[in-house]
Amino acid sequence: MSERPTEIKISGLGGQGVILSGIIIGKAHAIFDGRHATMTQAFGPEARGSACSSQVLLSDSRILYPYVTRPDVLVVMSQEAYTRFSPELNDDGTLLLEADLVKPGPLPPRLKAYSIPATRIAEELGRKLVLNIVMTGFFTAVTGLISGEAVRKAVADSVPPGTEKLNLAAFEKGFAYGKQLLTSGAGAPSLPGTYPLR
Amino acid sequence: MADALITADPKGTLTGAHYLDGDHACCEGALAAGCRFVAGYPITPSTEVIERFAARIPLIGGVFIQMEDELASSIAIYGAVWAGAKAMTVTSGPGFSLMMEHLGLGAMLETPCVFVNVQRGGPSTGLPTMPGQADMMQARWGSHGDYELITISPSSPQESFDFAIEAFNLSEKYRLPVILMLDECVGHMTEKVNIPPADEIKLYPRRYTACKPGEYLPFKPGPDMAPEMARAGQGYRFHITGLTHDEKGYPVMNHAAQERLVRRLVDKVRKRADDLVRVVEDGVEGAECVVVSYGITSRVASLAVQLARDEGLKVGHLMCKIVWPFPAGKIRALSGKVKSFVMPEMNYGQVVLELERVVCGRAKVALVGHGGGTVHDPREILKAIKESLL
Amino acid sequence: MTTTQAHPIEYLLRMDRMPHIWCPGCGIGVTVNCFARALQDSKADLDKTVIVSGIGCTGRVAGYLKLDSFHTTHGRAIPFATGLKLANPELNVVVYSGDGDLTAIGGNHFIHAARRNIDMLVICVNNFTYGMTGGQLTPTTPYSAVASTAPYGSFEKTFSLPFLADSCGAVYVARWTTFHVRQLARCMAEAFTKRGFRFIEIISPCPTLYQRRNKLGDGLSFMKYLKESSECKDGADTRAVALDFQGKIIVGKFVDRDQPTWLDDMNRRYREKLGDKYEEYKGIK
Repeated sequence: MSERPTEIKISGLGGQGVILSGIIIGKAHAIFDGRHATMTQAFGPEARGSACSSQVLLSDSRILYPYVTRPDVLVVMSQEAYTRFSPELNDDGTLLLEADLVKPGPLPPRLKAYSIPATRIAEELGRKLVLNIVMTGFFTAVTGLISGEAVRKAVADSVPPGTEKLNLAAFEKGFAYGKQLLTSGAGAPSLPGTYPLR
Repeated sequence: MADALITADPKGTLTGAHYLDGDHACCEGALAAGCRFVAGYPITPSTEVIERFAARIPLIGGVFIQMEDELASSIAIYGAVWAGAKAMTVTSGPGFSLMMEHLGLGAMLETPCVFVNVQRGGPSTGLPTMPGQADMMQARWGSHGDYELITISPSSPQESFDFAIEAFNLSEKYRLPVILMLDECVGHMTEKVNIPPADEIKLYPRRYTACKPGEYLPFKPGPDMAPEMARAGQGYRFHITGLTHDEKGYPVMNHAAQERLVRRLVDKVRKRADDLVRVVEDGVEGAECVVVSYGITSRVASLAVQLARDEGLKVGHLMCKIVWPFPAGKIRALSGKVKSFVMPEMNYGQVVLELERVVCGRAKVALVGHGGGTVHDPREILKAIKESLL
Repeated sequence: MTTTQAHPIEYLLRMDRMPHIWCPGCGIGVTVNCFARALQDSKADLDKTVIVSGIGCTGRVAGYLKLDSFHTTHGRAIPFATGLKLANPELNVVVYSGDGDLTAIGGNHFIHAARRNIDMLVICVNNFTYGMTGGQLTPTTPYSAVASTAPYGSFEKTFSLPFLADSCGAVYVARWTTFHVRQLARCMAEAFTKRGFRFIEIISPCPTLYQRRNKLGDGLSFMKYLKESSECKDGADTRAVALDFQGKIIVGKFVDRDQPTWLDDMNRRYREKLGDKYEEYKGIK
C-alpha cells in the first residue's frame, strides 16, 4: 500500500499567493504527472493576515492521511512565516527562502537551504504579484519532485485567463535560477542568493 | 437500479480531470446529476459549494438564490422540486440545525432532493474552519417524528462528486431527501477529480405519473413503495400537506392514517436496507478485528489497519459509504466471526451506538472517540485495535 | 342534511373535503369566497395557478381550493412559493396565510421576498390572533387587546402590515376587510394581473377567540364594527394606516407601482455581464 508521502508546506503573507502555489504543485503532480497529490490549507482567522500556508502531499500511491505533519520541503516567503513554520521542518528537509524577505537563523546541519530574490525577479518582470510563481519555478527546479513540463501546464491552467504568458515567464525565471544554483553547487555559502546556512 | 436510467446533460457536466476540493467537487456532482436549483445560505465550511454553483449556473440554465436563512433555503428547494426541478441545499452544523424542520417535511411530502452538510466541530458555533463528524445522529434523528432518510458520507473530493450523483439518484428512486455528509477536511481538501463524459453518467429520472388529472393519487405507493410525482402547473390540481394524509394527499387525523403513512415512510428505507449497502471491504474475511469507519475517518483508519497488519494482526476494514441506513446485515454476518469491532469517529460516540446495537454483544465493540478539529492520529486507532484483541 | 343546489364556486373547491374546519362567524371563508370569485372574474388559468399556505386557520385555505395546493410548515409558505415561482416562472403563485404565520414566525421570509420583489401574491387574513392554537398574541394584536398569552392585554407595539410591505418594496399593497367583499374580490382580481410582490391584508373576525376574549360580541357585531369604522382611502400613505384596538380602519389600494421582479433583474444582470453566452432563463425544463 502507500508509502509515506512527501510533505510540502508553502508559507508566506496573506495575499502572496501561497494557496495558488499549492494548487499548481498539486495539480501538476496529480493531473499532469498522473500521480497523487492532496492539497490542504488553514482556514479562518488564522489563515488571514501575517502567516499563512498551504500544504501539499505528493505520492505515487493513494494518500490516506490528509495533513502535513512534518514538512520535507518548506517554502517561506515572509519572516513571520519563517518564525512560525521553520521549527516544523524535517531535520534533513529542504528550505526554500525568499532572499530579501526572510533572514533565517541557525539551522540544523543536515538541512538543505536555498534562497532566491523572487520579489526582485517578479518586479523585473513588471508584476510583483507573480512572486509566488517565481517561487514555484524555483521549487520545481531545486526539489526535482515534479516535472517542469507538468508544472508549466499547471501554471497555465491555474492562473487568471490573460495572465498565462507573464506567469509562465515568472515560472521560467524561478526555474532557471534554481537550475543554475544546483549546477553551481547548491547551498554553497559564497554563492550569490544563498546564505551561509551550515 | 432496475428502472430505465437516463444519461447526464453534457451542459452541466465538466468532463475531464480536475484538481478540486470536496466542496467544488460536490457542486460538480450535483450539476452533473441535473441539479438546476440551489437555495442556500453561506456558512463555513460549505460556502464554496454555493459559490461555485452561483458562478456556474447562469451558463447552464437554472437558478441560484441566496435565501435569508437556512429555514428558507431548506423549503425553497421543495417548491422548486414540486415545480419540476432537481434541487439541493448546502450548509454546515448550525444551519443544519435550522434545517431539521424541513428534513421532516421532506420525508412527509416525499420530496426528492439533496441536503449537503459539510460538518465542522460543534456543538453550537464550535470550530467553523475545522472538521467534525458529530452531526451523524442529527442526520438520522434530527427532525421530530419518525422517518427514515438516506445519508452518504464521502471521504475524498472524488467521492464528493460521485456520491452527489448517487444522492440525487437515490432521492428520486426512494422519493426522499438524501443527506450528503461531508466534513471540513474533505470539503477543503483538493485532489484529482475525474469527471466522466456525460453519457457515462447514469441518472435516475423522476418518476412522473402517467395518470390523467382526476385519477392521480399523489401518495399512492408505486415501485419501491414510493409514489409517482406530478409537477405543479400541469392540471393535476393535487394537494400536499405536512399533516398526516391519505393517498389523495388530504389530511386525515387518526391512528389508522398515521399507521398507514408513517409505516410506509419508514419501511421505504428499512425494507430496502439491503439494497442500500454501499461499503468498501478490505481484508474482512478471516479478520479477528474489523475496523468500521465512514467519511474522512476511513482514510486515517486505513493507515491504522496497515500499521496493525505490519505487526502481524489480522485486521479487516469496512468503510461505510452509506451510513444511514446502517449496513446491519453485513455487520451481523461478521459479528459471529470476529473478536472485535473498532470504530473511530470524530465525535464521542454516535454511529458506534448503532454498531453496538447490531453486534449485540457477540463481539467486543470499541469506540475511538475524537472531538474533531483535526482527524485521528492513526496510532490511536492502532492502539484501540490492539487493546480490542487482548 | 338538506340538499342544496351547487354553489357557483364549487368547482373551485375540494368539495370532498367539506365541511371545512372554520368556526361559525369566522371571516376566512368569506375571503375564500372572494378569492374564488376573483379567480372566475379574472379568468385566471387555473392549471397554472398554485396556492401555498403555512400553518394556522388561514393556513388551511390551500387545502380547500381545487388548485395545485401546498400546505407547508409554519411560517415558510413564502420560501416554498419562492422555489415554485423561480423553478417555473409560468406559475401564478399565491401565498394565503394568517397574520401570525406570515409576520411572526414567517416575518423574515416576508420582508425578504418583498425586498427581492419575488413575483407572488401574498394574501394575509389578519384576525389579530393565532386561532388554531387558542388565541395567542401575534405581531398585529392591538395594544390592550387580551390574548391567551397576554392575559392583561397586549403591551407590545404592532406591525402595520401595509407599511411593512410597502417599506420592504412590495409593488402592490391593499387592505380590505371581510365586510368589503365586492371590493376585496375586485382587488384580488386586479392583483392577479400585476407582477411582483403583491400584498393584500384582510381584516377578519375571529369570534371564537379574539372577539370573545375581548368581549366584542359575535361575528355580526364585528361586521358592524368593520362597516362603521372603515374608511376608504386609495393611495393613502402607508405610514398613516396603522390599526388601534377597535379603532378606525383605513382600507383601499395604497401602493401600485411597477418594478422589475427578481427574475427580471437576474436575467438583465446575467445578460449584461455574460452577453450572448447567456440564454434568458425561462424556467427549468
